[in-house]
Parts: sequence; C-alpha cells; structure tokens
Amino acid sequence: MSDTESPTVDNGVNVEALVGARQALTDAPEAAAFTFKASCQWINGTHSRTTIDTFFGLGQDHERPRPHAIDGDHPEVFASEDLGATPAEIVLAGLASCLTAGVATVASYRGVKLRSVRADLEGAADLQGILGIDPDVRNGFSNVTVTFHIDADASRADLEAIVAQSQKRSAVFDMLVNPTSVQVRVA
Amino acid sequence: MYATVVVVGAGQAGLAMSAELTSRSIDHVVLERGAVAQAWRTQRWDSLRLLTPNWMSGLPGHPYDGDDPDGFETAVETADRICRYAAAIDAPVRVGQTVLSLQAPVGAESAGLGRFEVETVEGRWTCDAVVAATGAAGAPRRPAWADALPSSIEQVAARDYRRPEQLPEGPVLVVGASSSGVQIADELARAGRPVTLSVGEHVRVPRTYRGVDIYRWLDAIGQLDERWDAADDIERVRRLPSFQLIGTPERRNVDLNALQAVGVALVGKAMALDGQRLLCSGGLVREVASADLKANRLLRRIDEHIEGDSAGPTPLDPARELEPTQLGPVPTEIDVRRLAAVVWATGYRPAFDWIDPAAFDRRGRVRHDGGVAAVPGLYLLGLPTLRRRRSTLISGAGPDAADLATHLHAGLASRC
Repeated sequence: MSDTESPTVDNGVNVEALVGARQALTDAPEAAAFTFKASCQWINGTHSRTTIDTFFGLGQDHERPRPHAIDGDHPEVFASEDLGATPAEIVLAGLASCLTAGVATVASYRGVKLRSVRADLEGAADLQGILGIDPDVRNGFSNVTVTFHIDADASRADLEAIVAQSQKRSAVFDMLVNPTSVQVRVA
Repeated sequence: MYATVVVVGAGQAGLAMSAELTSRSIDHVVLERGAVAQAWRTQRWDSLRLLTPNWMSGLPGHPYDGDDPDGFETAVETADRICRYAAAIDAPVRVGQTVLSLQAPVGAESAGLGRFEVETVEGRWTCDAVVAATGAAGAPRRPAWADALPSSIEQVAARDYRRPEQLPEGPVLVVGASSSGVQIADELARAGRPVTLSVGEHVRVPRTYRGVDIYRWLDAIGQLDERWDAADDIERVRRLPSFQLIGTPERRNVDLNALQAVGVALVGKAMALDGQRLLCSGGLVREVASADLKANRLLRRIDEHIEGDSAGPTPLDPARELEPTQLGPVPTEIDVRRLAAVVWATGYRPAFDWIDPAAFDRRGRVRHDGGVAAVPGLYLLGLPTLRRRRSTLISGAGPDAADLATHLHAGLASRC
C-alpha cells in the first residue's frame, strides 16, 4: 500500500491540511510545541467538573468557540452519586477517541472509505491496589483491551494495518503504554 | 600533503570508492585509523556471520568465487576478503591515520571553490574533495538513563560483545530487537543464560520463504535497489531497524517466536528508570502486530513476483503466512537489581564529529542528498539507504561508490 496515492475518499478528514501541517512543523519545529490544559472544579463529594478551553500551540494561545465540560464521579457501588463517569473511564474515553480519530485519519490518507467504526474498550483494575489492601497490586489498569469493529471497503490486513498505524501515531496510546513524567503540587 | 580526493575509512565502502576513483584516474588517498577492514575484525562477536549469502557479498569487480555461494561468511573471512580486495585494486591506503578534523573551504556552500583541510594524527592533507566512508556504526546509541543503572551491572554495547562467557553469571537484559539484539539474545539463551529481550520497533523476516533464502527474493523483487529519492519518507526508511536474521548453515529463524522457544523472555521497549524499576512500554502487542503485518505484506509481494516470473527457481514450496508472533503476559517493569548485565543493541550513530560544523543541520546530521553533502565536494558513503536499500550491504558499496564518483568527477571537471 503506498502512502503517496492521492486520497479520493471523504471520511470528513482534511488530509491535505494535515500533510501541509506536517511539512510546516518540520520546517518550524518551535511551532510544534503545544501545551494542552484542563481545569477541574470540585463540586461535591466525588463529583467534579473539568473544563477544557484554551491551549497553546503554533506560538500562541488559542481559545475555542466554546469550552468543553466533562463531569467525573464514582458509581453508586462506591457510595457516590454517579453524576459522571469514573476518571478511569474517562481515560478509556481519551484512548478510544484518540485511536478512532487516528483510524479515520490514516484510512483517509490511504484512500479507504469508512462506513462505520466502533471501538469497544475494557480496562481491568484490581481495586486491592487503590484500596491499599495489597501493595503488590498496582492502582491503575492491569490491562486494557480495545476492539475495533470497522465496516469499510478494505481487506482485513489493510484494516489491521490502519489500526496499527493509528496506535503508532496516538498521543493517548503513548501516554498509557509508556511512562510519563507527572508533577502534582499545591499552588 | 595534497591529494585531489581524501577518502576516510578503508572498509568495503572506502575501498569501492578508491576503485572508482582509480578507474577515473583521479588521484586520491585512503586514510584509515587502524588497518583495512578494521571494524570487521574488532567490532564483531566471535560467532557472527554475514546476514547476506555469499553469492551477493562480492566486492565491485570481484564477485564471490568460493565454493559455498549460498553460505554465510564469518566476519573474519569478510575482513580477509576485503584485505585481498584492497591489494587487488592497489588502493592507496595509509593505515594508522586517524582523522582529527576536516575543515571545509570558507564560503563552501555558495562557491564550491577552495580546498578542504584534513588533519590527521600525523599531518595535514589538502584536497579538493572528501569522502567520509567511516561507516554507520560510529558510536553506540544508549538511552540517557543507562548511566543511572547500578554499577554492579555490566554494560556492553553490541559491537563490544564477543561471547557469552564475557558476561558475568546471571540474568542478562538485551535491549533492542534488531539483527544484533536477536542474535545475541539467541546465543546467550542457548548458552543457558536467563535472557530478557526488550523489543521496540522491529523488522521480522523469515530466513527462507518457499524454500529459497529471503535475500534471493529481496534481490529478485528489486527491494534492495529501491532508491532513496523514490521513498515516501526516506527518514523513516533510514531509521528502520535491521532485519531479525541470522546467517547459519541450517537457515534457522531468530524471530520472536524462535527466541521464546529457546527461553528468551520478552518485554516492551525499555523507556525509563525509576529507582530500581526499569519501566518498559506496554505497546509490545502493537509492535508485534505491526511487524507481522509488514512481514506478511513482503511475502505477498514475493508471491506476486513469483506469479509474474516464469524464469524463477522451481519447484517452490507453497505460499504461506507466517506463524503469528505469540505473546504471553508481558511485564511492564523489570527489577534491575536482579540483572547481571545489559547488552545495548540500540543502534549507532555515525561518528562524524571530525567533520566541519558547517556541514551539519540543526539536529546534528550532515546535510546531504543521497550522499552528496550540502557542502560541495564532501560525500558520505556506507550509511543506511544512502542511495538504495542495499547501501549498507557489501553489495551496496559498489553501486553507491560508482554514483558518487561520477558526481565527484563532474564536480572536479567543472572547476577547471
């Protein structure tokens, strides 16, 4: 499969703009330094709301047309009110959206028209970790599985290659599978 | 001292260039830090054989003439053959001439006039053109956290590894699953060592396909002759790890299935050291899936070639898919306190620190197009996919040297 074939399909991805951006950021690497931001407000109990609005990139701050809000909470089995997804589920959502966007982008680049794409995710967690019962059990997911259901005019091998490439270029996949330096402090 | 051209490095690349210059009556000298074919004698492990079969490991004008064309030569045999080649072409080699610095002509980029100054441990050469043929394996790459490993762990770069007994008793971590990494992991495991192999991006190919050596097919389908200027993304091609192959008489595989069968444990790419914990990527499943897909894609390309080529070898084994790489549960961390040794098979960068800083881009790479440097009169030779996929194979030295000698000759002529 050649990546130079001009795409003739429309999955709603602006491939030309992405190719242009890649070239522009190759020539001006300082513009590629982005900072993404989120601001979380505690509401009550385990319920909080994260607002996502501005980010920095291409040498300047960017404001969105409207902010995005994500509610987080814990389910009723943890004696919470379930007013939002659990933060661990929001991580799954981040991974799913990142990989799915990647599938659409790579498919468009490779000239594959997508009819439908669905990703089902499961994250296995042993709560003996976060509850401090067993120090040998980690807090986070012990394993995450992502299963893609894709309807498109492409062979299974081509679809597997698209899914593999979407992982190769995924920010959230990288953050989950590789260690990331995180600093938490009190202002 | 003056020579029209100074070639730095007397391996297969530098010598092939010498032959091309001689055939064009261009006066030159080949400066070699040690002896001819030095790296082949001093930077290879004892059991190493070439990955390429002998029939395709000839030197320009000197095809393989032994009695085992399908065999795999040892590193010492290769070194001996390169020495005989140097004598046969009467290459003007000056041994023991480590080059300390290369100064490009002032204003070199625009004018292309003036002369280079090459300083060696024994003197100074002035010349009109320079060919850097010191090879791709100048300095081993190691991650920054290597220095933070406990001092009790013996650390060895693949090119300094010789044999299992060289390493202290106990578990060994081999980092990198390219050709060197898988061969060393295989040898250590067969010697009874507990071996863990850290696997990032890797290139799986079977030693034989349909009963024929893989290099016979790679040659036949033209893959080895794919040009640098026809690649979709040449940087990516140049960064590709070497094939997971070993040259043995029985033509066995050293892919991840074969390694696990001899007891090698796998982890993902080693990413960071956190105290005593070496954190490894959880992305190994993806790396393996990707390598399997690409390997099978290559086999389909070979099948298509066979279908369209009635003159090829017959009879052939049936077409097949590779056995999928099997992975059990893969740990994402290693307690480094239990390691006796780490072998770094994490690749190399060319050692070009002697070259004029004017020749480099902002990321510290010599700016060049297919070996023709941005500084006029400077040439590079013997780097991955410099001008074709086979550039770093012995059989790539000749065609690359011929191309660059033609360019160099034209450049000299235009100055007169």
